[in-house]
Amino acid sequence: MQRQNPEIYEDRVVVRLVQFSVLWAVLGMAAGVWVAAEFLWPTLDFGQFWLSFGRLRPLHTNAVIFGFGVSALMATGFYSVQRTSHVRLFLPGLAWFCCYAWQLVVLLGGLSLLAGWTSSKEYAELEWPFDIAIALIWVCFGIVFFGTIARRRIRPIYISNWFYGGLIIVIAMLHIVNSLALPVTLDKSYSLYAGAQDAIVQWWYGHNAVGFLLTGGFLGMLYYFLPKQADQPIWSYRLSVVAFWAFTYSYIWAGPHHLHYNAVPEWVQSTAMVMSLVLLAPSWATLINGVMTVSKAWAKLKRDPALKFIVLSLAFYGLATFEGPMMAIRSVNVVSHFTDWTIGHVHSGALGWNAMVTYGTFYFLVPRLVGAELHSTRLANLHFVLALAGTLLYILAMWASGVSQGLLWLSVDRLGELSFGFRDIMAGMRPYYGLRLVAGLLFWGGTLLMAYNLFMTLRGRRTVAVSPPPVAEPWRLERGAAGIATERARA
Amino acid sequence: MNALELHKKIEENAGLLIFGILLVSAIGGLVQVLPSLFQESLSTPLSGTRVYDAVELTGRDIYIREGCHVCHSQQVRPLVAEVERYGPYSRAGEFVYDRPFLWGSKRTGPDLHRIGGKYSDIWHEVHLLDPRQVVPESIMPAYPWLAERPAAGVGDIQAKLRVLRRLGHPYADADIAAAPQRLEGLREIDALIVYLQMLGTGLDADAADAADAHGGH
Ligand code: HEC
Ligand code: HEM
Ligand code: HEM
Repeated sequence: MQRQNPEIYEDRVVVRLVQFSVLWAVLGMAAGVWVAAEFLWPTLDFGQFWLSFGRLRPLHTNAVIFGFGVSALMATGFYSVQRTSHVRLFLPGLAWFCCYAWQLVVLLGGLSLLAGWTSSKEYAELEWPFDIAIALIWVCFGIVFFGTIARRRIRPIYISNWFYGGLIIVIAMLHIVNSLALPVTLDKSYSLYAGAQDAIVQWWYGHNAVGFLLTGGFLGMLYYFLPKQADQPIWSYRLSVVAFWAFTYSYIWAGPHHLHYNAVPEWVQSTAMVMSLVLLAPSWATLINGVMTVSKAWAKLKRDPALKFIVLSLAFYGLATFEGPMMAIRSVNVVSHFTDWTIGHVHSGALGWNAMVTYGTFYFLVPRLVGAELHSTRLANLHFVLALAGTLLYILAMWASGVSQGLLWLSVDRLGELSFGFRDIMAGMRPYYGLRLVAGLLFWGGTLLMAYNLFMTLRGRRTVAVSPPPVAEPWRLERGAAGIATERARA
Repeated sequence: MNALELHKKIEENAGLLIFGILLVSAIGGLVQVLPSLFQESLSTPLSGTRVYDAVELTGRDIYIREGCHVCHSQQVRPLVAEVERYGPYSRAGEFVYDRPFLWGSKRTGPDLHRIGGKYSDIWHEVHLLDPRQVVPESIMPAYPWLAERPAAGVGDIQAKLRVLRRLGHPYADADIAAAPQRLEGLREIDALIVYLQMLGTGLDADAADAADAHGGH
């Protein structure tokens, strides 16, 4: 089939990655709902070590970030890099390897977390054998991605590819440096760094995993799919370029805002605080660019659930990237640190931004991949309502509990005596944890609807074969690998 | 060549783009993180800080395995209310033998850095086996299996000590040779409680305050 037509996009691997991503969304958020329920009923682990909160919570974060998130980023990265380079994926076999090897790491890694293998470092919990596997797969991801760009038939490298490129390069650097450790046994290693230094390295990693994966990676998705869906070019390409470099430069500094008032040098905390405030500028430049781009497509917004998800995700992106710099101010962080406020901030980003932009993209992408209509627009609209309600409720509940915790913990009377005991404050949070559980169920229910809807859309259909359209003159690029492709076509 | 032209080059050259991203994203780490790795005050133990012995280390590894750190911090901030609630604030020098650090990011339960000596061993045992026995409203999980497993089963203690020694922790050959014996007869819960009871006890707060006033901030 491929021999008759040597140049069709490799989209089957995209379909498979989307399927895995949705599967992990359903499973990972189910774990989130379970964990949320354990806040209300701590005996929900039934005395089973593998259902214990301390193991299930990292399973939740790993399944959603690395299962759902990274699979979605690989899928959309592979899809968009072909379209923006006008060439088939470089080494499609390697792309398939990335797809399945990654799922294996997430699956076995998740099981190993339940078994109690953990480095304890947030978002880098997996032990050293997995760290090595991740590094190798990541390099393969990079080879496929940059190989495709190197063989492109169009001169400029489109902006979405920069963000995916940043994701690949920076995460590789962070992952390798932060994971350095001496192994003891298969399931145990000791970090190369100790104490305060370990903390600084870990949050350099942790914050920038958020920065270059949950923010930057998903911005790559936004920059390709938002203009596609709105049927409009990016409002200001130059602004997106400036924002990219400002973002890449300043994000890296911000890690120690996770360590305010902790036992690390004050100058480290101060640079992090300043750079976090600086970050507001490139973050909101992107927001403005996105909003201006859709502003010409309001009519479509009313009809199209996919576009609705994407526009809403922009709003929550704006919220999270405004709240973040505020929380990075030391006097605000004194209250928010260690509380549910952080959890609320996390999920305004995770649910409102990451999940929504992905949902919008999947609703757009999946029908296109198989050349069909979405199975049900009504279900997608219902999903939209559930997702919006779930996210808002989650954030509001955590703001209420987080701010209460922060203020009550710090409250002292005129004699310097504590006003409230820890246990009383803890017990007072129960209603908010109840609301959060409801929020989680709403959001998860919506995700289930999407899984069904996409399954029905894909069922029994083949991936359509799409060939790169010809590139018009001033932008055409004829050289190197593109030439090789032409020769192969002749042979 | 002006900035725009230079940028046009990057925009059309994958190699330059990769290099540019690497360079621009590395600066922060090189200026901020790398120097802290060589800052002596962050890697010098306080006078009372010592390495974990075989039992404490085993307890600590159980703490990590069970994910106690996802609900408990080990970091008392220098704030009036925190010092009042938990005890003297945490100093960098107290953590130099912590691989990994366990400062945490969430206090679903209270801070544990100064928990050592606050309760009796028996209180901890009852609490760990079923927190609601002692704190009826507690939302902490129960850990019944800790009483059923031997502490010697938590990995190869001699290999662990050898690895830590390679990382610079001062263990003597005798410590390593005697380690398995020290774990004999202990259950996991015993080792965990030994660890909890030594947490944060290595600090001579008055001496540390004096040192702070002298050279600190
Ligand atoms: C779901 C979160 C959670 C996990 C996981 C957790 N705890 Fe707790 N812990 C709490 C809460 C909430 C309290 C306060 C209520 C109480 O005393 O039971 C607490 C209290 C404590 C206390 C008493 C602190 C004091 O100052 O009164 C100790 C000690 C403790 N936990 C140790 C542990 C250990 C050891 C582990 C791991 C084996 C662990 N906890 C895991 C939530 C948790
Ligand atoms: C300009 C952008 C942002 C800044 C400056 C920022 C800043 C912060 C700050 C100050 C904290 C609290 C740290 C603490 O007290 O422990 C935090 C936590 C967090 N943020 Fe953001 N944030 C930003 C955007 C985002 C976005 C878009 C997401 C996407 C999901 C996100 C995800 C997280 C996560 C996961 C944590 C929790 C880390 C942990 O403690 O485990 N942030 N952020
Ligand atoms: C149904 C949806 C979800 C529910 C009910 C849920 C619930 C939870 C709960 C209960 C916690 C633990 C909070 C704590 O310990 O106080 C948590 C943590 C976390 N979740 Fe979710 N979650 C959901 C979706 C997601 C998604 C989609 C993502 C990411 C894309 C995500 C990322 C995280 C992260 C990063 C943390 C750790 C936060 C921190 O350490 O500061 N969650 N979640």
